[in-house]
Amino acid sequence: MTLEDLRELAEKEQTRQAQFEHRILYCSSAGCVSSGCDAVKTEMKKALEELGLTKKCELVGTGCLGLCGEGPLVFVHSDPTLYQHVDAAAARRIVEEHIGQGKKVQENILDMNDPFFSSQKKIVLENMGNINAESIEEYIAAGGYEALAKALTEMVPEEVVGEIRKAGLRGRGGAGYPTGLKWDIVRKGVADQKYVVCNADEGDPGAFMDRSVLEGDPHRVLEGMAIAGYAVGASQGFVYARAEYPLAIDRLKTAIKQAERLGLLGNRIFESQFNFRIDIRIGAGAFVCGEETALLRSVMGRRGRPKVRPPYPSEKGLWGKPTVINNVETYANVAPILRNGSAWFSAIGTQKSPGTKVFAIAGNVKRPGLIEVPMGIALRKIVFDIGGGTPEGTQFKAAQAGGPSGGCIPTEHLDIPVDYESLQTVGAMMGSGGMIIIDNTSNMVEVAKYFSEFCMDESCGKCIPCRVGTKHIYMMLEKIIKGDATEEDFELLKELCMMVKETSLCGLGQSAPNGVLSTVRFFKDEYLVKLKKSGAPGTIVNQPAAELSPAAAKEA
Amino acid sequence: MSVITFIIDDEHYSAKEGDTILQVTRDNKIHIPTLCYLDGLSTFGACRLCVVEIEGSPKLFPACTTKPTEGMIVRTKTDRLKRYRRMIVELLASEGNHQCAVCVVNGHCELQNLAYEVGLDHVRFPYLFPHKSLDATHKEFVMDRNRCVLCTRCVRVCHEVEGAHVWDIAGRGINCEIIADLNQPWGTSESCTSCGKCVRVCPTGALFEKGASIGEMQKERGFIKFIVNARNKSEWVHTAHEEE
Amino acid sequence: MRGLNNNEQISFILNNRTLNDSQTNKPTTQLMVQPETKNHPSGDNRFKLLDRAITKHHGSGDALIEILHVAQGIFGFLENDLMIYVANALKLPLSRVYGVATFYHFFRLKPQGEHTFVLCTGTACYVKGATEIQKAVEHHCACKFGETSADNKVSLISARCVGSCGLAPVAVLDNAVSGKVTPDEAVKRIIQWQEEKKEVAA
Repeated sequence: MTLEDLRELAEKEQTRQAQFEHRILYCSSAGCVSSGCDAVKTEMKKALEELGLTKKCELVGTGCLGLCGEGPLVFVHSDPTLYQHVDAAAARRIVEEHIGQGKKVQENILDMNDPFFSSQKKIVLENMGNINAESIEEYIAAGGYEALAKALTEMVPEEVVGEIRKAGLRGRGGAGYPTGLKWDIVRKGVADQKYVVCNADEGDPGAFMDRSVLEGDPHRVLEGMAIAGYAVGASQGFVYARAEYPLAIDRLKTAIKQAERLGLLGNRIFESQFNFRIDIRIGAGAFVCGEETALLRSVMGRRGRPKVRPPYPSEKGLWGKPTVINNVETYANVAPILRNGSAWFSAIGTQKSPGTKVFAIAGNVKRPGLIEVPMGIALRKIVFDIGGGTPEGTQFKAAQAGGPSGGCIPTEHLDIPVDYESLQTVGAMMGSGGMIIIDNTSNMVEVAKYFSEFCMDESCGKCIPCRVGTKHIYMMLEKIIKGDATEEDFELLKELCMMVKETSLCGLGQSAPNGVLSTVRFFKDEYLVKLKKSGAPGTIVNQPAAELSPAAAKEA
Repeated sequence: MSVITFIIDDEHYSAKEGDTILQVTRDNKIHIPTLCYLDGLSTFGACRLCVVEIEGSPKLFPACTTKPTEGMIVRTKTDRLKRYRRMIVELLASEGNHQCAVCVVNGHCELQNLAYEVGLDHVRFPYLFPHKSLDATHKEFVMDRNRCVLCTRCVRVCHEVEGAHVWDIAGRGINCEIIADLNQPWGTSESCTSCGKCVRVCPTGALFEKGASIGEMQKERGFIKFIVNARNKSEWVHTAHEEE
Repeated sequence: MRGLNNNEQISFILNNRTLNDSQTNKPTTQLMVQPETKNHPSGDNRFKLLDRAITKHHGSGDALIEILHVAQGIFGFLENDLMIYVANALKLPLSRVYGVATFYHFFRLKPQGEHTFVLCTGTACYVKGATEIQKAVEHHCACKFGETSADNKVSLISARCVGSCGLAPVAVLDNAVSGKVTPDEAVKRIIQWQEEKKEVAA
């Protein structure tokens, strides 16, 4: 395969697509699969055949179209129309009326001018709804693997790293460490073997960005990993994916085979000296494996127990070798940056956090789904313009960002810009991009208990603060909810949370108390009304307790 | 080899490159409490008792794995650290079924010593009273999981020094347990060589010799350092009698 | 379970459960050459599938999790003898294998019921009322999540987010994801399973 071959392939595919007057893309992501998109596909195929439209109209499965709650979704590409709640009957009508007679099916149309679509900026998700998720040719026709070709034929590894650094891309897994800096450390490391690892262990409940990207555009991730491999001098890559995502794993396997067949993975890629292979490792249900040192141990077939850092994986990772580890979304950003240049990328978003971020919005919100927005967008815009606010009759209470390790952002902070630093100032974090909207039907102490139960169940048990501390946090919240807790218990809970946060070994333990700490910060009243005044059982007190600081905790 | 100068609790100290903060404090008789750490075994970094403050960072660092850098300012005895250490021991006390009065290592127990050291006069958390098993099937030794603090010294010594890898940890989180082979009675383990190293390194009374009565079981842990030094450096004279 | 040092003895152990021991002495690697014609020494040809996966990973201990996935896929759950077989093939200590198998929620050491009801307990599902479903189902089956009902029909399993949060609350019924589940629906589905069985029995 050479660059010319690649372009030829792209042209051939474009010509093939051009011969169809219409192109119907149905969402084939896990969300729509469970809403019944298979039946839709079968019905449409049957209708096309019966009406003799198979030469005129192509039917393909594509990646997530965003509005998962309104599925199954169908997109008519030639005459941009998005249909929602498509069942078998509607599917037949779309084929008969829209494709056959040029009349749109008004009942199922989704307005594409809705802020849900217009407020978004798509880089990572640009191919969703445009290409067949299972076809490498379509990915190539959309400009795929051009960036890899460019890197291999026109750039030296140092330039690739430099470009990523200039673009200012930061890790999309949550912590926001500059990707270029990480790659540079690995590139400079001296070793006979280096590794590139993709963290697709999307453990945060309420997050499905990585799943959607892997299902809808797997080649984008493979291309990003191959570029990373070239940049740092690695010849082996691993994708560590959750076992809970069987469809994503299947698509990924298909994609790897396709890329190998075309020589886009394997030996002497684009006739350079660069060899790169990618293997899949399947997780087995452990949230802690999203932590990078635990993930690497799991890739090596061990218990996913985190290790003390330093040494960081970029110095000593898999089998003690320098290892780049980034998450799915980070790799998905790499190819567009090389294709369009770092200046293009850094102009999007904010200065400190350039680019876009994919969020999965779920919970008590009218339009749950997958979105991609420029960094720095106001949280209010995400919740109300894009998500449509909370269901009728309820009020927005908090947005929970960053998964179980994140925090709850209340109404008064709705105007903060969504970027790494701003979210931290209110005790939340970017996390991998799960955002759960909570309305006034939920009690925040219950929500805190839910998160603490999650952290307790997922603690690996290695360090004492996390292993025993999370258990006691959970038990104390139970006690508060039952109405058996006193003010002293509440103070002790806060002190315990600070201790677990500051002394735990890994990110999971350090952030495990965040759910409690942030609800205590913003919704203290909900705790206080449940407390018993000491010595007077049953009496409800509403006294302000001491602010949460080490000094205050000490006095307690 | 370059020498690094840095400050621990307002005093200047020098360290060889590669030394950890804990090594320097031990060499200089500065006491930092530890539990999972044992000379001669790999560092585990899990008990978090040895955490110290380093100026310029809000985070806490385990002394057993952190290496000093030039001019680093380390504090080992601040109020915050004392408070947290006490709480860690408190958590341990609530986690297992620790009844010192009837324990074979009463008076010679590292957990008990830690409790004295951090001033643990009462436990504010509810006791968990877990259902843990006692395994007396081995002909010489007993494993009482009620007293186990999951420091994994036994796991490490068995794998790293004896090479048998009888022990490992099963389960996750609060349900973690030390198990022999396929979670089978110790006495039926095919891999155990009955060398007794695990018993001697155990900080509490979780592993003890049969026949020992209350308070009778004393352990000598410096021998691990001796074996490792003998093996790796050919130092055959037993000098390591430091009990920490 | 004496002496676990080579394939022969492993096969012997397995023969306690299965019948055919005519080829006990054939080493596993030879069998791989002609998998179509030779039976596995244990007499249980499912082990041939497992051996194939082990060979694919060059018998490397680093592939333990992959191999356990395959083993569970073939046998349904990880029995002690199966773990011994894997430990021996990958040259790993028994306690390491047991430790890994019990660390990950995905691995099961006990057999499953005929049907599986996986309830997502992720945040979105929690907010959307997964707890109600949990209560209703637990009450109906008279067992808790993580257990199998007494009639061995249904195993209740809770999952940490299956990634279909847009459709919360979500349950996975025998591998098919269904969204926007209500407690009544969930119980109805389980009753269907239970009655299905009765018809067959009748």
